[in-house]
Amino acid sequence: MIRALALGLLLLAGWEAYAQLSGIDDFILPAPTEVAAALYADRGLLWRNFEVTAAEVLLGIGVAVTAGVACAVAIHLSATLRRTAYPLLVASQTIPIVIVAPLLVAWLGYDLAPKLAIVGLVCFFPVTVTTLDGLAAADPDLRKLMRTLDSSRLQTLRRVEAPGALPALFSGARIAVAVAVIGAVLAEQAGSSDGLGHLILQAIPQFQTARAYAAVVVLSAFAIALFAGLRMAERRLLPWAHRAEGAVT
Amino acid sequence: MPAKGATTIRPEAPVQEPRFAEGPAAGGVRVDGVSFSYRTRRGAVQALAGMSLRAAPGELVAVVGPSGCGKSTLLELLCGLRAPDAGRVQAEPAVYMPQRDLLLPWSSALDNAALPLLVRGVGRARARSRAQPLFAQLGLGGFETAMPHELSGGMRQRVAFLRTLLAGKPVLALDEPFAALDALTRAQTQGWLADALAREPRTVVLVTHDVEEAVVLGDRVIAMSPRPGRDLAEVAVALPRPRSRTDPAVVRLRERALEALA
Repeated sequence: MIRALALGLLLLAGWEAYAQLSGIDDFILPAPTEVAAALYADRGLLWRNFEVTAAEVLLGIGVAVTAGVACAVAIHLSATLRRTAYPLLVASQTIPIVIVAPLLVAWLGYDLAPKLAIVGLVCFFPVTVTTLDGLAAADPDLRKLMRTLDSSRLQTLRRVEAPGALPALFSGARIAVAVAVIGAVLAEQAGSSDGLGHLILQAIPQFQTARAYAAVVVLSAFAIALFAGLRMAERRLLPWAHRAEGAVT
Repeated sequence: MPAKGATTIRPEAPVQEPRFAEGPAAGGVRVDGVSFSYRTRRGAVQALAGMSLRAAPGELVAVVGPSGCGKSTLLELLCGLRAPDAGRVQAEPAVYMPQRDLLLPWSSALDNAALPLLVRGVGRARARSRAQPLFAQLGLGGFETAMPHELSGGMRQRVAFLRTLLAGKPVLALDEPFAALDALTRAQTQGWLADALAREPRTVVLVTHDVEEAVVLGDRVIAMSPRPGRDLAEVAVALPRPRSRTDPAVVRLRERALEALA
């Protein structure tokens, strides 16, 4: 952690030195200190737009987790769905979202709906795949035991498979968080009147490059905070998943 | 979730413990000339060829054989998890106890033991109160709310055995339940199991590769051939319990069983 911080500071120092000494125009490459200044000067503007983007990201992740878990459970329970829907799901991920985003905006309008659709679309795949793997990972001997306990398919899901898949679900959600922010910005740039993506798009032609970088800093910090928050929640909620296997004798 | 408040700690087992409400009717097992092959990509692998086995109600039959002789397959057939290619399996409902304890790491010891009841739809409070008295009987009193990782290997295996008992099935199919334990713990755990079965008689088919264990625990010992497995010989163990592994009679029977396997 400290080393990562030190490396980060070193890189920032290099950037600062280059921006100051090379004589490059600050609307092409602002120095970190200028970005910091913009971060402070534009804090009201950044905060207003951040609230919009954060809502899109959080709601989008909510949509993605709900849809992802539902898909994973359905595919897990049904061999037919595994053969029919799963390949389609994989295929859906090859659609370039950059191209689809404006189409979705044209279809769904300029408000929240297309953003949720885009964030949901980029996020739900990692959630589905990791959860599906988690559900399938239950020990075969444990499955045999459950069958001799006359456990129904749903009881086995509820007692054994679903709790066992929670760590995998969290892993999927962590991946989703990283792409959710990118998805939200993309959706805003495809058509929006606010949000940090919109702010970046406007700042560049206005030569407010430092402001655009400041927006990027806010977005990164948000993604890192969400990632760390999920990590903490997981350790809190699933303490058993973070222990070394094996009995104490 | 841990069973906070739902359990009481009992350091000493009372003299008489409540029995299971559903008191299983002890049932027998009959396996006649059973064959079974696994289909793999490289063709069929025959696991069993003409295996026969009888277990009278309440009897503990120990099946010994070399690794890979189809012992686990035999138990799967017994539990109805697979159907034989040839021959017949007649058994009352059996519950399978795998070699590893496979306790659910997110559930307390009590909830792990009560799993068969929970699965059947018994409410959590009732399931816990049914499982709780048995903890003291198996020397687990006070560990009801412990999580599996807080228990020793021997204790985990005892919780797994309680889970097997609470399934309420007349037949227990035990797949090398002591194989993962060290020698000292194994001897102790075998003692707990023998005591529990004396209180709570069931028909038991115990699969093991340990001939001594078979003689110490079994009413009869069946020796199996290498794969494809079939019954080679039977050794009756008409010795009083508890048996000591150093008892000359036990040692003699162990030698006989070993000869049968050779």
